[in-house]
Amino acid sequence: MNPEHPEAREAPTDHPQERESHGDRDRAHGRDRDHEHDHGRDPEQGKPVGRRIFLGTLGLGALGVVSAPVLQRGLEGFLGDAAQKDPTGLTGLLPNGGGFRYYSVTASVPRRTARNYRLTVDGLVDRPTSYTLADLRALPQTRMVKDVQCVTGWRVPDTPFEGVRLSVLLDAAGVRSSAGAVRFTCFDGAYSESLTLAQARRADVLVALRMQDEDISHNHGGPVRLYAAPMYFYKSAKWLSGIEVTEDVEPGYWEKRGYDIDAWVGRSNGRDDEPTT
Amino acid sequence: MNRRPETPPAGTGTGAGTREEAGAGASARVRRFTTAERWIHRTTAALMGVCVVTAACLYLPSLAALVGRRALVVTVHQWAGLLLPLPVLAGLASRAFRADLGRLNRWGPHDRVWLRAVRRRTPGPRPAAKFNAGQKVYAAWIAGATLVMLATGLIMWFTHLTPLAWRTSATFVHDWLALTVGIVLAGHIGMALGDPEARRGLRTGLVTKEWADREHPLWRP
Repeated sequence: MNPEHPEAREAPTDHPQERESHGDRDRAHGRDRDHEHDHGRDPEQGKPVGRRIFLGTLGLGALGVVSAPVLQRGLEGFLGDAAQKDPTGLTGLLPNGGGFRYYSVTASVPRRTARNYRLTVDGLVDRPTSYTLADLRALPQTRMVKDVQCVTGWRVPDTPFEGVRLSVLLDAAGVRSSAGAVRFTCFDGAYSESLTLAQARRADVLVALRMQDEDISHNHGGPVRLYAAPMYFYKSAKWLSGIEVTEDVEPGYWEKRGYDIDAWVGRSNGRDDEPTT
Repeated sequence: MNRRPETPPAGTGTGAGTREEAGAGASARVRRFTTAERWIHRTTAALMGVCVVTAACLYLPSLAALVGRRALVVTVHQWAGLLLPLPVLAGLASRAFRADLGRLNRWGPHDRVWLRAVRRRTPGPRPAAKFNAGQKVYAAWIAGATLVMLATGLIMWFTHLTPLAWRTSATFVHDWLALTVGIVLAGHIGMALGDPEARRGLRTGLVTKEWADREHPLWRP
């Protein structure tokens, strides 16, 4: 652009005199614009590298989106292995780093223990019931090990869940013939979920007491949460406190905000994840 | 406003009169940013801050457990992200801002000298005009990254507008770029914390002549 400049810039010591003379020369070359900062123009001239970096970043972003399926598979494999050998747990903070993420829709969730936890079953049933934690533990327990898939993308492989089949509780309460759905409420005071009666009676839908072979901790929705194995994890309501048999499906918390009610993994919410069951 | 040939070297403090002065008795100060430019930076920084804080509350398990309120945090994050480019776009109405964008865009040979000196950590001259090469790289990259975040964010937000495979890919890019932006932003803020005069430039619009001569020797305000 301006062949004299490189040498001048290689030795940019503070010589106002020199710089001024450059400015004069530039003006003589007619490069100045009608601008009040005209004298400061010449060091600001040059190749539009900024624009190239800007466009390059955009291009890389687009390339990232296009190549994401391949990159993601590779990274998940690598990070999955790394997470096994990572005592710091830092890999868990990386995207696709594995592990569960904590989602709550309320500011804080009260804690319930074996002492004050109750699960009520009511609505269109012949025998409304209330269970303590000990009551639930005394019922036949079912354990299953499947992947957990969140609708936001993360997946935790081979996670054991253990608890009472929901169908057992429904049968014990005596579901009336007019019933068509089950609604779940939670002691966080806000969350709710729903399943059709047919979905709720599936053998892979549990009222879960244990997860990863431990009692479910508070942050994971303990002491009792729903576990709907074939569906995205938002269906598996945390902090479960109420089971109400209803006539029709009522959209749950996230479903009122656009999520699918029939949340089969891989066949809903515009996602194509591998099914979990 | 122009530096005159008779302007004495930096540090003598007798250059008053050749540059804009702020306050009696203070050393000579030169205008670095106009009011409009400072507000562009402030509003952009505030929106970016909201994006980062809400992102952390959505993403880091311990913060998510502390804050909860997921639907609210998501909404705030989405709107802050959507508004993030607006201050810069509105700022295009400012002539001074457009001029500075031009300065950030254009690279002279001194920028390569600056980058080499910084990369090799060599002492000696680090020539820079109004913006040094690091600031130029940062500005161009963060502008591009912000738009990539906005585009991928919109794909995740309006799920039914794009094919489903796009959304998974957009999430992937959004997550990893967010991590990168976080690190780079921390660097940006760290550099600012280490340079009070640069911060004063963005707070008041004025910097001392000594600082300008030392940090930006090729800049002629």
